[in-house]
Amino acid sequence: MDIVQLRQRHYIDFMKSMHIENYLDDQFTQLQKLADESSPDFVYEVVTLFFQDSEKLIDNLSKALEQPVVDFSQVANHAHQFKGSSSSIGAHRVKNQCVKFRAYCEENNLEGCLNCLQELQQEYIVLKSKFEYLFELEQEILKNGGTIPTMD
Amino acid sequence: MISSGDLVLQLINDILDLSKVESGVMKLEATKFRPREVVRHVLQTAAASLKKMLTLEGSIADDIPIVVIGDVLRIRQILTNLVSNAIKFTHEGKVGIRLYVVPAPYSGEEDHTYLETKSRVKEGHSGEPYDDADVPHETHNNSNEPVTPIKGGEPSSKDEERHTVMFPTTVWIRCEVYDTGIGIPEHALPTLFKKYMQASADHARKYGGTGLGLAICKQLVELMGGHMTVTSKEHCGSTFTFVLPYRVSPESDEQSDDSDELADASSHHDTASADDYTAGYFQFQPRTLSSSMLNLSGSSRNENLVQSSYGYSMMPDINPMPENFASLSPTPATPKELELEQASAESSSRYGGDNAAAEISGRRDQCVEERNVGEIQRSLDMEAASSASRGQVENTLCEPRQEQPTMQACDTSLQSTASSQLQVNRFGEKPKILLVEDNKINVMVTTSMMKQLGHSIDVVNNGIEAIRAVQNHTYDLVLMDVCMPVMDGLQATRIIRSYEETGKWDAAADAGIDQPMHYQDSPMSFLDPSKRIPIIAMTANALSESADECYANGMDSFVSKPVTFQKLKECLQQYFP
Repeated sequence: MDIVQLRQRHYIDFMKSMHIENYLDDQFTQLQKLADESSPDFVYEVVTLFFQDSEKLIDNLSKALEQPVVDFSQVANHAHQFKGSSSSIGAHRVKNQCVKFRAYCEENNLEGCLNCLQELQQEYIVLKSKFEYLFELEQEILKNGGTIPTMD
Repeated sequence: MISSGDLVLQLINDILDLSKVESGVMKLEATKFRPREVVRHVLQTAAASLKKMLTLEGSIADDIPIVVIGDVLRIRQILTNLVSNAIKFTHEGKVGIRLYVVPAPYSGEEDHTYLETKSRVKEGHSGEPYDDADVPHETHNNSNEPVTPIKGGEPSSKDEERHTVMFPTTVWIRCEVYDTGIGIPEHALPTLFKKYMQASADHARKYGGTGLGLAICKQLVELMGGHMTVTSKEHCGSTFTFVLPYRVSPESDEQSDDSDELADASSHHDTASADDYTAGYFQFQPRTLSSSMLNLSGSSRNENLVQSSYGYSMMPDINPMPENFASLSPTPATPKELELEQASAESSSRYGGDNAAAEISGRRDQCVEERNVGEIQRSLDMEAASSASRGQVENTLCEPRQEQPTMQACDTSLQSTASSQLQVNRFGEKPKILLVEDNKINVMVTTSMMKQLGHSIDVVNNGIEAIRAVQNHTYDLVLMDVCMPVMDGLQATRIIRSYEETGKWDAAADAGIDQPMHYQDSPMSFLDPSKRIPIIAMTANALSESADECYANGMDSFVSKPVTFQKLKECLQQYFP
């Protein structure tokens, strides 16, 4: 098996595992369908935008929770935003964390929120590194003349 | 309204059922029924009393036979129970039913028991756990004779398409009822199917119920020769699965002859069109003041039923202006129709349905866009069907002539509207769509999807910008996010509707939005107030975004996020057939 096939096989396996482990859900598959000749890098673009957006949101969340008097509705807003974007790209675990986050906000539970924020950061970091790995794989496949396998 | 008395009655019935099942007294029926219809009906019924913003969906694999034989009442009972449980424990997202054919358990030669198509029978196999010596005598058991109890499967006939198959075959169908609900903690799984057990002490308090439902379901399923399992992930959702064998009569002409013997999905004979038999995917959303949105997708075609109160059915061409017809939005064109729309669901749908039927049958030839007519006709068939099954309108399509007089009265109002619409509509152009969304990523995804569906859209980021956009351009559809900064979708919709009702932008002015420039110059506004823009809420299923609230604020329907191709496609098909 040549290097391209190996990488492709690995790509498929890795993608599958991301789905099985719920890092990604069906919505991500929708996203992949949006890549075409006119926007071949669509997924990469959206995911990159998601990273930028997420980092900003996590920053906002931290700051909001550090205030002497925490404005939970503001925190909830940020969490809502995060939930929206993660849900749109199919970042399943991140989205679930956001759901939990909002529940804690509604209870005005500061400790819950702080714990949740930590978990959210974790999930995000893991997701991001997985995506980075995935994109690297894609580049290697393309560089060696192969095509990115489509997941069905 | 359900009273405590009703609940007690339900409880008693459940207990009786369970003891019947346990004592082996319960007799199982063997009736012919259509699985697609049953699924659709269960979901439709659930949707009708749905209070939460959930999407109910059903998907039926193509290889599921059109008609099967089984105890339809019990199966429906099981499905209803599972679906209502799912709904109970799901606060956002969806609840759905999935059906697909699976190989028979314990079968060594799996491919032999697959039923490939309804007209072709594969070589039979008697590897099923039960032997049924009575097969030859039960060949055409298609009436409501009780059969006690149904045994696993029969040896299938060994014959191919050319021969008349004498013995029914068995198909094993796996049914999954899934939800995106609170899930079930692992420790609760083992006792889930035990009587009177609920997932936790809190559960009973929070969610009510008796804890009997699942036990009954499991026993019933096992009695029918199948098995039931559950998988779940906390905070993600659960899936309840049961696999059952069903007999299938291989004759393909069941639709016409045996319709009387078929278990009706509803109290009225379901006048669903032939496509209903092959429909593979359904989706339902909560019932509203106007009517429930029924989307029915055949494996080959998409049927769409538009909210009848919208006088979508009024849309058929009165005015012999082909372009106008093509670009007419399916909305009530006059204040008169607006009133109709606000009237009760029953009367408006009857009115709409009848008139449309009359209109279509009388004027089919005049419509230039045959495709549109076809869609409308089918939509009306669907509407008649669903109305019939709601028990509201009967034989709508059979008596169009009687409705002609009413149609005449309607004619003139529509005609005048049509001509005034001429001034506002752009002919033959793509529908102009406005997306109101603040989340950049959502914007990117939605825009891209719309582009792939062939539509370019305008984007604004909050309610105020949305109003300004609507003031300055004519849009055929607005996709409105609910939660946005500066001004949310609900308020923006209210303001737009107030303009449509009063012809003035006073409400906008109150909110601090200047009048559009041209408005000051001439009384004839760019935006024809009599034309109601369809506004679709895009909801994240938060508690603050209930279906009721959206509709109360003037939204026409909703799409739940995350936005998918399917949802957008259905939305577009509904408003731009």
